[in-house]
Amino acid sequence: MSTAPPDADELSRRVGEFLAAHDPAETAPQEFLRARFDAGLAWVHYPEGLGGLGAPRHLQPAVDRRFAEAGASTNHPERNGIGLGMAAPTILAFGTEEQKRRFLRPLWTGEELWCQLFSEPGAGSDLAALATRAVRDGDAWTVNGQKVWTSMAHEARWAILVTRTDPDVPKHRGMTYFVCDMTAPGVEVRPLRQMTGEAEFNEVFLTDVRIPDEHRLGAVGQGWQVSTTTLMNERVAIGGGAVPRESGMIGVVAALWRDRPELRTPGLHDALLRAWVETEAARLTGARLRQQLTAGQPGPEGSGAKLAFARLNQEVSGLELELLGEEGLRYDDWTMRRPTEVDFTRRSPGYRYLRAKGNSIEGGTSEILRNIIAERVLGLPGEIRVDKDVAWKDLPR
Amino acid sequence: MSDLLYGEIENDLRASVREVLADKAPWTSVLAGTEKDEPYDAPLWRAVAAQLGCAGLPVPEELGGAGATWRETAVVMEELGRSAAPVPFLGSAVIATAALLAAGERELLPRLAAGERIAVLAVPFGTAPYDVPVTVEDAGGALTGEVAGVADGMAADVLLVPAGDGLYAVDATDARRTAVTSLDMTRRLADLAFSAAPARRVAEGAGAVRAALRTGAAMLASEQLGLAERCLDDTVAYVKTRYQFGRPIGSYQGLKHRLADLWASITQARAVARHAASCVAAGDEDTPIAVAVAQAHCSAVALKAAEECVQMHGGIGFTWEHPAHLFLKRAKADSIALGTPDRHRAALAALVDLPPA
Repeated sequence: MSTAPPDADELSRRVGEFLAAHDPAETAPQEFLRARFDAGLAWVHYPEGLGGLGAPRHLQPAVDRRFAEAGASTNHPERNGIGLGMAAPTILAFGTEEQKRRFLRPLWTGEELWCQLFSEPGAGSDLAALATRAVRDGDAWTVNGQKVWTSMAHEARWAILVTRTDPDVPKHRGMTYFVCDMTAPGVEVRPLRQMTGEAEFNEVFLTDVRIPDEHRLGAVGQGWQVSTTTLMNERVAIGGGAVPRESGMIGVVAALWRDRPELRTPGLHDALLRAWVETEAARLTGARLRQQLTAGQPGPEGSGAKLAFARLNQEVSGLELELLGEEGLRYDDWTMRRPTEVDFTRRSPGYRYLRAKGNSIEGGTSEILRNIIAERVLGLPGEIRVDKDVAWKDLPR
Repeated sequence: MSDLLYGEIENDLRASVREVLADKAPWTSVLAGTEKDEPYDAPLWRAVAAQLGCAGLPVPEELGGAGATWRETAVVMEELGRSAAPVPFLGSAVIATAALLAAGERELLPRLAAGERIAVLAVPFGTAPYDVPVTVEDAGGALTGEVAGVADGMAADVLLVPAGDGLYAVDATDARRTAVTSLDMTRRLADLAFSAAPARRVAEGAGAVRAALRTGAAMLASEQLGLAERCLDDTVAYVKTRYQFGRPIGSYQGLKHRLADLWASITQARAVARHAASCVAAGDEDTPIAVAVAQAHCSAVALKAAEECVQMHGGIGFTWEHPAHLFLKRAKADSIALGTPDRHRAALAALVDLPPA
């Protein structure tokens, strides 16, 4: 049965029917989510049978809104950002039919959380320099290496993993991409404590880990192309609804300024107003980006938005500490803990200041984003590459 | 949330204005014009204001206008900013027109909308919408006093003068006008003096003047956006073709990162300027905040773009023969015009309840 993809009205009708048949108040959360997936109302732009209906992508927010208004259970997207934002689109683009059927449903329902085994101690921004080896052994592969900065590895059931399978060719050509079972023997997750005191990230050691060949994603040697799909999806992931004025860090500092007149100084007043204006500009830019997406004209503004967010969050969280003066010298808690999500607002100002330092590093450093804007948006010439035609094993490291 | 995109009609309008400017205002003729005594480019003004009908965009059809909104006018301002066009559009088609619209005036407005007459508001160009100085006295309909630094004062046929407790129209020939040697050679200032000049009262109170300056500040943000885009485009084109040390200078990260930052700032300026234009077009209650944010933000972006344009063009960017200086002078003047960023931030402090220390 091949029909035209549903439009907004048709989707609205289907959501209405679904909610009538599955009262959110009466249905167990897990059952509700599975049924929503099976009805094609999970991510409507995915194909039929894989949680979607082949509808245009921009119709998704309206569907999510309807479910939220009906008080439906959520799949806790804040806990599974890597699964939903990166693993799923990569599996959809490169997975076999079997892989798509095996992984997408429990990923979407939140029954299986995912992490991303990409960065290594010697390969962060230069991801293609990675050294984790995968060696073919019959119907399986044997993997050895070390990954780092792995958010949520301590909670994840599965990982997307990129490895080196051929060290004799230039670095971009000898990589292969896998789905890795985090419960497999030889996978060891160690907390990596960061400057805030907590361990939101991990180091992951892979020692003789066996991965069956049916868990390879894409062809042998195609790992770079598959990874690029993952990373592109990391950067297009943007928030759903409109953000109100004075959201986030500027709201925290503005409230402090209003509540505590005794802390005010002329210099901080000017700094606060400058930050307020910049935050408002960033907010309007985000709103414009969403309007472009809804109108079906996606622009490249997303990379600029991440740059601006990182800079502002660092600047304004620093301003909060200065405004607090003596109080800013106190920290809430240095005890190591393992959060399941980043909780920016409920911790102390000192935590916010320190955590914000990660914003210009995680998910692509600000320097890499500037290169992307310069080369892909402005069309400026690429960096001179000294490693392009050199076998990976001959590269200095 | 206001519509921050451009509609089809706006894209068509932009294309028409850009075509006229490419034909009649290439930078070489803008530069040549700066060495002449004419206070503005009259043929260009006729083409944009009258023939294309841009002067009457926000004016209702029954008053001879196009019945469009300030959103379309903002698109014209972007294009004029891209050329640093020497025409009194901001003064006459924006600020004076907004003042007369606010005043409900019906005599002069149709002639401004048709581009037949040029009017300017007789206040110093640096005046912010928040505190309008009144330096002219009204004695029974005759005005006496002085106003310094009025933009496009020499281009005006009619001067709209805040005096006493109202706003008056004065025939420009009834004022003593002195041309000022101006930082921005493409939008020159004049000093005005009135000595018992005959005047016609067009508005009571200061409301029309404040509304006009607020609309002017919103539209200026779009001019600044257009100027910034032009500076970025020219600079990107240049660094791709200029070779030093055996490679295009645009391949050096030191320049690439600055241009990427500039591009990101300009995407923000576009959202901010569009929001301000939409707010004044709709009479939205968010207008005062939107305008203050737009001026605080876009002034800085345009200035940064012009400064980077000069710097990245190297020696040639410092010369008279290259257009970069036209944009730098316009950008710096624009950052002072209708209130400095600092003045707008101070206004914002009160508007969003962030009082000073």
